Amino acid sequence: MPAVLLSGGLLQGGVQGSPVLRLLLRWVRRPLLPVIRLWRRNIQLKVIVTTLLMSLGVVLMLGFVVIGQVRNGLLDAKVNAAQSQAVGGFAAAKVRADEAASLTSGGAAAEVSGTDEAASPSPVQWTNDLVDALSSGGQGAYDVVTLPVEDAFASPRSSGTVDANASIPEALRERLERSPLAAQSYTRVVYKEGKVSQPALVIGKQINDPDGEPYQLYFLFPLTQEEKSLSLVKTTLATAGVFVVVLLGAIAWLVVRQVVTPVRMAAGVAERLSAGRLQERMKVTGEDDIARLGEAFNKMAQNLQLKIQQLEELSRMQRRFVSDVSHELRTPLTTVRMAADVIHEAREDFDLVTARSAELLADQLDRFESLLADLLEISRFDAGAAALEAEPTDLRDVVRRVVGGAEPLAERKGTRIRVVGDQQPVVAEVDARRVERVLRNLVVNAVEHGEGKDVVVRLAAAGGAVAVSVRDYGVGLKPGEATRVFSRFWRADPARARTTGGTGLGLSIALEDARLHGGWLQAWGEPGGGSQFRLTLPRTADEPLRGSPIPLEPRDSRQSRRAREAARAGRPVDAAGVTSSSAHGGGGASVPVQPVGDRLPPRDASAGRRHGAAADPAALPGSSARVVSCPSVPAQPSGGRPSAATARTGDGAAADAARDAADGRNGDVAGDDRVVDDRAEGRRDGRAHGPVTGPVTGPVAGRTTGRTGAVGPERTDSGPGAPVEQEEATRGH
Amino acid sequence: MMWFMKGRVLVVDDDTALAEMLGIVLRGEGFEPAFVADGDKALAAFREAKPDLVLLDLMLPGRDGIEVCRQIRAESGVPIVMLTAKSDTVDVVVGLESGADDYVVKPFKPKELVARIRARLRRSEEPAPEQLTIGDLVIDVAGHSVKRDGQAIALTPLEFDLLVALARKPWQVFTREVLLEQVWGYRHAADTRLVNVHVQRLRSKVEKDPEHPEIVVTVRGVGYKAGPS
Repeated sequence: MPAVLLSGGLLQGGVQGSPVLRLLLRWVRRPLLPVIRLWRRNIQLKVIVTTLLMSLGVVLMLGFVVIGQVRNGLLDAKVNAAQSQAVGGFAAAKVRADEAASLTSGGAAAEVSGTDEAASPSPVQWTNDLVDALSSGGQGAYDVVTLPVEDAFASPRSSGTVDANASIPEALRERLERSPLAAQSYTRVVYKEGKVSQPALVIGKQINDPDGEPYQLYFLFPLTQEEKSLSLVKTTLATAGVFVVVLLGAIAWLVVRQVVTPVRMAAGVAERLSAGRLQERMKVTGEDDIARLGEAFNKMAQNLQLKIQQLEELSRMQRRFVSDVSHELRTPLTTVRMAADVIHEAREDFDLVTARSAELLADQLDRFESLLADLLEISRFDAGAAALEAEPTDLRDVVRRVVGGAEPLAERKGTRIRVVGDQQPVVAEVDARRVERVLRNLVVNAVEHGEGKDVVVRLAAAGGAVAVSVRDYGVGLKPGEATRVFSRFWRADPARARTTGGTGLGLSIALEDARLHGGWLQAWGEPGGGSQFRLTLPRTADEPLRGSPIPLEPRDSRQSRRAREAARAGRPVDAAGVTSSSAHGGGGASVPVQPVGDRLPPRDASAGRRHGAAADPAALPGSSARVVSCPSVPAQPSGGRPSAATARTGDGAAADAARDAADGRNGDVAGDDRVVDDRAEGRRDGRAHGPVTGPVTGPVAGRTTGRTGAVGPERTDSGPGAPVEQEEATRGH
Repeated sequence: MMWFMKGRVLVVDDDTALAEMLGIVLRGEGFEPAFVADGDKALAAFREAKPDLVLLDLMLPGRDGIEVCRQIRAESGVPIVMLTAKSDTVDVVVGLESGADDYVVKPFKPKELVARIRARLRRSEEPAPEQLTIGDLVIDVAGHSVKRDGQAIALTPLEFDLLVALARKPWQVFTREVLLEQVWGYRHAADTRLVNVHVQRLRSKVEKDPEHPEIVVTVRGVGYKAGPS
């Protein structure tokens, strides 16, 4: 297991080092991968393995302690007995030596010994006798060995067949030579004649022989019996240990299973619940913690089910209500409408006042009708009753229809509507009815606010997305307005007269339509520089959007043009960045950094400050170029309450001129503001802006690349780049 | 030309004011309206009045509009135009599937309604003698009959028109918008659900296996075309 853990660590850490090493590691790791995965995913395995490892450790520790204790107990008795025996032996040897010495020196004492014949035995003989005498007392319980200290005359003597030199450890010998005291050691007794050596305790002492020569006398006490006992204990302990470990593992398995099984069951039930099977419940038995988990879980599931049912019920009621209101309102409205039309048709027969009244009646009925229709549409979205009927559609056809439908209005306004990027089919799975509604709204808005200048409808497809942008060169949008245009009933300037009397719900509905597709609807605009609305839709209905084939800020925006001119003039971009960022710091133009939408008042303040442009030019956000989210996330604060399509304001010409001048001086500052703004928004709504602002890494970098930074990543994936360029050429300045 | 456009129109609507207003408008356009306010009496009134077209409100007391539509369709191919206050997909589709040829969403303009009625009545204009084939079907345009192996297949006038439109140009793929214009007489693209529902209805009558159509073939992403003869 440690190997697995190690591999796991390596796997996670990422291996540094030479490619060869990495290759080797990968080669080693590959067969282990399933194991690692199992380890990571299976808590039961983890617990069991841990239990096994830990119990193994405990058993081993216990075993060593127990064995040590047993060994000590066994040996203590043996050592005590051996020591007393050895002490006796040493005493006896000393007595014999003394006796022999006295015999040799004074023969008078010979009668005591009874070995008169051998009155003066040689030292060798004496030693042999001594060994025999001493060992005979032990009856095989021990062996006796003598070793001469100075190898002058004698070889070692030993009882039995003990190999004296091999059996006595060298260290013990040296110790005896140094010290007159007895010493002991453990050794193995080696026999000369093939007998198996055995463990033994050896106790030795250096004493003098009858001649006064020192020699070493050893007693060897075999420990065979004790070793047998010990090995028996060891075997027993090992067997018991193995059993304990295995049993502990099994117990751990059982216990963990008891806990894990309900947890797994809960996980399974939770998965099914989240998949919509709300009637799923856990089985609850007993009253333990697991049962409580189950009960709590079931209670939660029940509450969820209840709430969901309530919401569904509410939604159903809402839909019913909308449907009923719709019907109840529409039937009389139809009658009124028809009556009004009949009267309207006959208005030439009336006097002037009545005729005019008939006209007003008919006009306002139109308005009332479209308002009612839009309200009902919005309430359908709010009730979640809107359903997408997506099928593969060539957006060029939709655009063609929309442009065709807007032609009469465009002619009246003197506007030319150009379509760019319709060389190749732009096919996506969309609800053509809804997309047409969105585009009709955008195009009509663009014509209405385009001040007679061209309106460019651009199509593009790239990656998993298709996009249609509608660009106008009219009054444009003030900073902050790019989000607010999507608010319901929002008007840029309430004082401004409406020419076509939109309901104020058009862009809100468009936004909802885009969301229903999983797409984005976004606005960009600069005061006096026109605006661009971009609809981005996923190519297939279930695909998430990552980017748009068309940059939100058009290339012919004032910002872009200025940046290009600067680049053409060879102005170092970095220097510009530094300049502007310092200007930014000094200018105190911190207002635009706020996220758009949630804090509208400060924005208005910034707009207000614009009129003091001469005094504080750095505070001028010269462009409202702003990536405005039309988030696909329903609960988004600013875009969540959608929107009024139409209104935009134009300041007076003088104000425009002043602003332009200020822009000229402070374009970089404005750019900086804008990019920071983008980033703030990106943070707020990563989903919508990820692709746009993602590559911008810092405020300064953001500024230098920022302008295109917002566009860059998108432009790279825009397949038909040619239309953009071509458009650029025609538009120019 | 105007004379054959005039005709009897049965107005099935419980809202007396609306019915009366419809009457005024229809008379003004030269039609001859008859009225019934109750779904239960609608069928009897239909048999009695023998109208050239039925204007049917979907929400009726007694039998609802869908049911009335089915009953009328069961015994006649006379054009039925629904009046509905609901533009929700489900309601519209259910109405169309029950046999209505077209629908008008309230509130409608009188001109719009009249245009729809005329478009539905126009089909009885001069039938030029013409024989068409589509798949293994033989269409006699003048005789208003469709036959497979000599066996006549009963189609409503609208379904017949749809089939004829496809059969006249077997090489062409018709978008839903084009079909709306040619068959329903819409000048501007309207609800393409009309086309979808009626193609389904047509298939259920003329195809051997409606799941795998051979007469009216779907061209994915574009529209429909006639199957190979």
